[in-house]
Amino acid sequence: MTMPDEEPVWLDDAAGPVVRPYAVTGGRAKPANSFNVVALILSTRSAPPTEVGIAPEQARIIHLCQRPLALAEVAAHLSLPLGTVRVLLDGLIAQGFVQVNDPRQAATLPDDSVFEALINGLRQL
Amino acid sequence: MDYVNSERTGQATLPTAIKILIAGGFGVGKTTLVGSVSETKPLRTEEVLSEQGVGVDDISGVEAKSTTTVAMDFGRITISEELVLYLFGTPGQDRFWFVWDELTIGALGAVVLADTRRLADCFPSVDYFERARLPFIVAVNCFENARQYSLEEVRLALDLDPDVPVMMCDARQRQSSKEVLVALIEHVKKQGLSRRPEPVGH
Repeated sequence: MTMPDEEPVWLDDAAGPVVRPYAVTGGRAKPANSFNVVALILSTRSAPPTEVGIAPEQARIIHLCQRPLALAEVAAHLSLPLGTVRVLLDGLIAQGFVQVNDPRQAATLPDDSVFEALINGLRQL
Repeated sequence: MDYVNSERTGQATLPTAIKILIAGGFGVGKTTLVGSVSETKPLRTEEVLSEQGVGVDDISGVEAKSTTTVAMDFGRITISEELVLYLFGTPGQDRFWFVWDELTIGALGAVVLADTRRLADCFPSVDYFERARLPFIVAVNCFENARQYSLEEVRLALDLDPDVPVMMCDARQRQSSKEVLVALIEHVKKQGLSRRPEPVGH
């Protein structure tokens, strides 16, 4: 994956198909979840199961999320659109292979300790 | 199939993710700022949108389902084991406002990057965040060869509320970008608890 250092390049139909989402989601195009781009995903197991059939991309998610990663990070690492990863997550959640912390469901505003941690953390970078 | 994700969220093992948006006109340095403070190079993620979201009304005669891909650059700053900060550059075209709506949900606040040579480019961002009631600050990215305007001139030109901070920055400099983020977080903190960002709903 190239890392452009300028502005995003806008791709549309003229650029040709970037990916066919249904090719990696078993034909399913619509996710049941609407996870935030910063919803954090953590695998509940150290390796993909061998006994049940899961998609290779789902196995990669389990490998990637040994430490918590945001939905957007998973999508970037897999070079898949966010919606496709959401569909893949549906299956992983149903089987209990990942847990997700979706800030969409979190409280409105963090408490003061979070603000302090953010400010101090940034200053120490 | 049943989905039980709601039962699984909120478990103590997962950190909290904080999202900050970096907005502004094309070429103003959004990705530069994200890259200068993030722990890795900016990553890119894409949302594929079907035609119904793209605002194209007339698709008569088009047999195939039309899709558009919207790309977003973002970066990550791990504050602690409990706290991760994500910076998202917003896509900069009017037809992608609904992506802004989605990005705004759960966002702590926004930085509007401005270039004094093309100040009007950041009007839509300012307007959007005002209507979405998402706290934001304006950071004037100091480009070489650009005439220096005073912060007060910028504030007047953008017709900002008096409590919206305006500051100079150099998006290429890590230290400067850090100061921008700290200023935003302090502003959000000061704004207090009385707001809840809402999608503007274009």
